[in-house]
Amino acid sequence: MNVLDVTRARERIERLPQRFLPVIATFVVFVLTFGTGSVLYDGFASPQILTNLFVDNAFLIVLAVGMTFVILTGGIDLSVGAVAALSTMIAAATLQAGWPPLLSVLAVLVAGTALGLLMGLVIHFFDVQPFIVTLAGMFLARGLCLLISVESISITDPAFRTVATGTITLAEGVTLTYSVLIALAVVLAAVYVLHLTRFGRTVYAVGGSATSARLMGLPTGRVRVGVYAVSGFCSALGGLLFSLYMLSGYGLHGVGMELDVIAAVVIGGTLLTGGVGYVAGSVLGVLVLGTVQTLISFEGSLSSWWTRIVIGVLLLAFIMFQRLIVRRTE
Amino acid sequence: MIRHHLFWPVAALALLIVLNAVVNPAFLELRMQDGRLYGGVVDILRNGAPTLLIAVGMTLVIATRGIDLSVGAVAAISGAFACTWIAAGGHAFTAMTLALGLCVLLGLWNGFLVSVLGIQPIIATLVLMTAGRGGAMLITEGQIITINDPLYRQIGAGFLVLPIAILISLGVLLLVGALTRGTALGMLVEAVGTNPRASRLAGVRSRTIVWTVYVFAGLCAGVAGLMISSNVSAADANNAGLWIEMDAILAVVIGGTSLAGGRYSLTGTMVGALVIQTLTTTVYNVGVAPNAILVFKALVVIAVCLLQSPHSARLFGPRRRAASAPHRSEEVTAA
Amino acid sequence: MTETPTRSADPVVDMRGITVEFPGVLALAGVDLRLYPGQVHALMGENGAGKSTLIKALTGVHPPTSGSIHLNGGPVEFTAPAQAQAAGISTVYQEVNLCPNLSVAENILLGREPRRLGAIDPRAMRVRSAQLLERIGLSVDPGSVLGSHPIAVQQLVAIARALAVDARVLVLDEPTSSLDTDEVGELFRIVRVLRDEGVAILFVSHFLDQVYEIADRMTVLRNGALVGEYLPQETERLELVSAMLGRELGTLEEVERRAEERTPGTAPLLTAEGLGRTGAIAPFDLEIRASEVVGLAGLLGSGRTETARLLFGADRADSGTISVDGRQVRPRGPRSMIAHGVALCSEDRKAEGVVADLSVRDNLVLALQAARGWMRPVPRRTADALVEEYIERLDIRPADPGAIMGHLSGGNQQKVLLARWLITRPRLLILDEPTRGIDVGAKAQIQKVVTELAADGMAVLFISAELEEVVRVCDRVVVLRDRRKVTELDGDTVTVDEVMAAIAEHEPEAVAP
Repeated sequence: MNVLDVTRARERIERLPQRFLPVIATFVVFVLTFGTGSVLYDGFASPQILTNLFVDNAFLIVLAVGMTFVILTGGIDLSVGAVAALSTMIAAATLQAGWPPLLSVLAVLVAGTALGLLMGLVIHFFDVQPFIVTLAGMFLARGLCLLISVESISITDPAFRTVATGTITLAEGVTLTYSVLIALAVVLAAVYVLHLTRFGRTVYAVGGSATSARLMGLPTGRVRVGVYAVSGFCSALGGLLFSLYMLSGYGLHGVGMELDVIAAVVIGGTLLTGGVGYVAGSVLGVLVLGTVQTLISFEGSLSSWWTRIVIGVLLLAFIMFQRLIVRRTE
Repeated sequence: MIRHHLFWPVAALALLIVLNAVVNPAFLELRMQDGRLYGGVVDILRNGAPTLLIAVGMTLVIATRGIDLSVGAVAAISGAFACTWIAAGGHAFTAMTLALGLCVLLGLWNGFLVSVLGIQPIIATLVLMTAGRGGAMLITEGQIITINDPLYRQIGAGFLVLPIAILISLGVLLLVGALTRGTALGMLVEAVGTNPRASRLAGVRSRTIVWTVYVFAGLCAGVAGLMISSNVSAADANNAGLWIEMDAILAVVIGGTSLAGGRYSLTGTMVGALVIQTLTTTVYNVGVAPNAILVFKALVVIAVCLLQSPHSARLFGPRRRAASAPHRSEEVTAA
Repeated sequence: MTETPTRSADPVVDMRGITVEFPGVLALAGVDLRLYPGQVHALMGENGAGKSTLIKALTGVHPPTSGSIHLNGGPVEFTAPAQAQAAGISTVYQEVNLCPNLSVAENILLGREPRRLGAIDPRAMRVRSAQLLERIGLSVDPGSVLGSHPIAVQQLVAIARALAVDARVLVLDEPTSSLDTDEVGELFRIVRVLRDEGVAILFVSHFLDQVYEIADRMTVLRNGALVGEYLPQETERLELVSAMLGRELGTLEEVERRAEERTPGTAPLLTAEGLGRTGAIAPFDLEIRASEVVGLAGLLGSGRTETARLLFGADRADSGTISVDGRQVRPRGPRSMIAHGVALCSEDRKAEGVVADLSVRDNLVLALQAARGWMRPVPRRTADALVEEYIERLDIRPADPGAIMGHLSGGNQQKVLLARWLITRPRLLILDEPTRGIDVGAKAQIQKVVTELAADGMAVLFISAELEEVVRVCDRVVVLRDRRKVTELDGDTVTVDEVMAAIAEHEPEAVAP
C-alpha cells in the first residue's frame, strides 16, 4: 500500500511538468525579461516596478481572465476591447449625469454581462461562429460608444477619484492601487470557478470535446453561453478599472486591446483549440507583456511601436514552443 | 429563389440601394465628366475596391479552412513602404513593385507557418497582425508620409471611365474566378479545405495549395494597401487598412462561404463586399450620425448571419440545406 | 454460464411503436424493444437498419416522432441525453465520447462530482473513481490524463463512467470495433459482471461471434423496421444473417470460386527490404507480384496500418528501401508513390478518405485530378462517363454523380473511395480495412471487386481484422504481431486456423517500446 502510494506520488510529480510546462515556460520568460531589465537599467529591479506591472495592467489581467474562459471552450471573444471602452463610456456618461457611483458601476457591469450573454446566446442557438458574432459585438460596442459621445468624457466624481488615486502601502515606497486588489480577487474567483465548480470543469470538457461533453449529459449550452457572459462581465469590470486608470471615458479607449489580451492568454500557455490552459498562465502572460512595455519605456530611444513587434515575436516563440510540446506528446 | 444561398445578401443589397434612392433620388444618377463616370453607385464601387480585393484573397484562404488576420497590417506595410520609397525620391513604379514583393514575402511567411509548421491559421496570422503595424510604423518612423506623385495617385484615385481601383479589384475577381473554376484549382482548394488529410492521401499537393493562397492573400492585401494610400496620397501606418481584415472576413461570410472551409463562392464575396460598402455609404446618405455606422454594421452582420444560419431557416421557410442537415448527421453516425 | 434467461421479470425498458422521422426520411417505423434486467440484449442489423436511431431515441439524443417508452413501467419522454442518464440509462458509444484533456477521474465523474460546501472535492473524486475502476478491474491512475491511455482503456473508462450513475440500463454501441481479442475478452468479463448484478445491457455489434458469445437475446432491424427477436441457442447463424440481409448469400460463394482463377506474375512488382519505422513497425521484407492478393493479418495495433502507410509513403521510413519493378524508389510523400502506381484506401474513411462537402463526382476524380495537376482539369464529360461507369459497376447508391458525399451511407462512401483509386489504374492497390463498419452486402461486393481486379492483373495488399475475409480473398498472407512481421503463409496453409496460430504463436515476451 505504502509502496503504491509512493509510486503514485512519483508519477504525479513526473506528470506535473508536462501539464504545467507552458505555464512554467511563461514564468521563465517573465523572469528572463525582468532579469534583462534589471541587468540593463538601474532601478529596474525595484519592488515598485514589479508592483507597477500589476498597477498598470490590472484591467488587462481582468480581461485576460474572461478571455481564458472563452478560449478554454475553444471559442474567441473579439469584443473585449470594445466592451471595455463602452464601459468607460457608460461610467463616465452616467457619472456626468449625476448618477451615484455605485449605480453607475452596477449599470456598467449589467450592460457588459448582458452584451456578453447576448453574444453567447446567438453563438449557441444560431450556431454562428464566435469569431463573427463577437466581431459584430465589437462593432456594436464601439458604435454605441460613439453614439454616447464622440468626445472623451473626463470623470470628476469624487468617489471614483478617491478609489482611483488611493494607494495601499505594502512597504516603504512600494504601493498598490485598489484596482490591483480587484484584479487579484477576480483571478482567485476564476481559479475557484474553473477548478472547483461543475461549471468550470464543464468549460474544460467542452473545450476538450464538445460532442462528448453533450453526450455525457453535461449542460454544454449553458456553459457555451455562460463563458461569453463571464467574458462580458470581465470586460465590463476591466473597463471600469481602465476608467479608474485613465479617469475618463472614451470610445477609442483600448483599440486593439483584444489583441493584447489574446496574446497574453496564448503566451500564458492556453491552447486556442480549447481545453488546455490556466488562469495563472494568462496572468503571467499579461505580466510578460507589461515587462516588455516597461523595458521599452526604460530604453527611451526605442519607439513605442517596438512593443507591438516584440509582442508579435513573443507570440511566435510561444506558438512554436506549444507546437513542439504537442508534437512530442503525440 | 429563397433557397438560393445568395438570396439574403442580395436582398440586403437591394434594400440598401432602394433606401438610398428613396432618400436621395440623385443616388442612382450617373454622369459623365471628362470621360469619367460619377455617381453614388460609382462611389460605392470605388470605396469598396480595397475591401473587395482583400476579400477575394480571403475567400480562398477561408476555403482552405484558414483565415488571414494579418491583411490589414500587410496593407499598411505596403502603403508605408511605397510612400516612403517615393518620398525618398524613388520612382512610383519601383516603389509599387518592391512593396508588392514585400507583401508576397509576408504571405510566404504566413503560408510557411500554416502549411509547413502546421500552426493554426488564426494564431499564425495573429503574429503578423500584431507585429505588422509596428513594422509599418518602423518603415515610416512613426510619421504620416505624404507624397505627391501623379502616377502613384492613379491606382487609388485614377479613372479609366470607371475608377481604376474597382477595375483592378473586379479584374482580379474575374481572373481568380476563371483560374479556379476553369481549371481544377477550385475543386482542389475545396477538397483541401473540407478534408486536408484525405486530400493529401489522394495525392493533392495540399501544402503547396495552402501556401499559395496565403501568398495570394498577401499580394491582394498589398495592392489594396497601395490603393488606400494612393487614394489619400499618404501613408498612415496606424490607421491605413484598420479593421479591413474584419470587413473582408465579413464580406466572405455574408457571401455564404463557411469559416469552416470547403465550398466557396466568389460571387458571394463580391455581394458581401458591396453590402458592407453600401451600408457605410447609406448611413452617410440617410443622414444618420456617422458615428452610428458601426452599430448598423453590427446589426446587418448579425441579421445576415442569422438568416443564413440553418437553425433560423426553419423559422423562415423550408430551405433544402436545413432539411437535409439532420438527415445527413444520421447517415454519418450510422456509418 | 447463468441459466437460460427467463421472461418472468418485468422489462426495465419497454419501447413500443417507436417511429423516428427526419425531413424526407423515415428512419424508424414502429419498432418495439424490451430490455430485461440481468440480460444482454444484442441489437443487430446492416448499416441504415436504424440501430443508431433506436439507441438515440432511447437515450434522448433524437426523441421519437411517435411511440412510447416505458421505464420500470412508467412512461418517460427524454429530450436530452442528460435526462436519460438521470433516469439510469447510460451509453457507451463506438467512438469513445470522453474528454481526452481531462483526468480519468474527472471523465468518470464529470457532471456528478462529489462536492463539499458547494465546491468539488478532489480527494473524494479520486476515491470514488478508484472504487469504480476497481469494480471493473481496471488498474489505471485516476489522476492521469485520459488522452495518455490507449483507446481500449478509454473505452473501459467510459464503462466506469456509465456505472457511476448506478445505471440500470447500459447501452454499448459497437464497443468492440476498435478492440483486439484480449480487450474484447476483458470487456465481456465486465459485461458479465454487470449482467449478474442485474443491469440490463443493450449490445450493438457487427460481429456474429461476439453476439453469440455474450447475448441472451437478439433483435434484428432492417431498413428501419423490426424483423424479429431471436434467442441465440435456437437460431442458426445463417438464419440470423439472412434475417439481417433479407436475402440469400449467393454473392459470397461466388467470391470463393473466383479466387481460384488467378495466376500471379513471376517478377515482383513491389519489393520492400528492411523497411521499418521506429515505434511503428520493425524492419520487414515484402514482395508483391502482379495479379496477386496479399493479405496483412494481425491484431489491432500489430502494425498493419503502419505497414500500409510506409509502403504508400504517407509516413517516412527510417530504414530500408522500396523498389518498384526492381528499381529503387524514394517515397517523399503519397504523391511519389502514386506516381509509381501505388494507391491506398485508408482505414479511417471519415478522416482520411471522404471529402464530405463535395459531390460524388468530385470525390471520385480527386486522385486522378491530383495526379494530373490543377492545370489540366478532367473534362466534365470524361468525369461523368467515369462516374457513371463506377456507379453501375460498384452499385453506388444513390446513383447520382451530383449527390453530396457526406450524405451517402458508409458502404457507399467506401465504394466511391475504391472507385477513386480504380480510375487512376493503379498497379498496386492497398486496401486498409475496406469492409469495416459497412453492411454485409457492400462487403461482399467489395470482396468480389478485389478478386476481379487481381484477375485483371492488379496487385492488391488486403488488410482486414476479419480472418475469414483475409483467407477468402488472399493468395498469400503476411502475419504481423507486436509491430513485427512474424511469418508469411501461402498455398494450402492459408487457412483461418493457420493464421490464428501464427498470430497467437508465442506469448509476446515484451511490449515493443
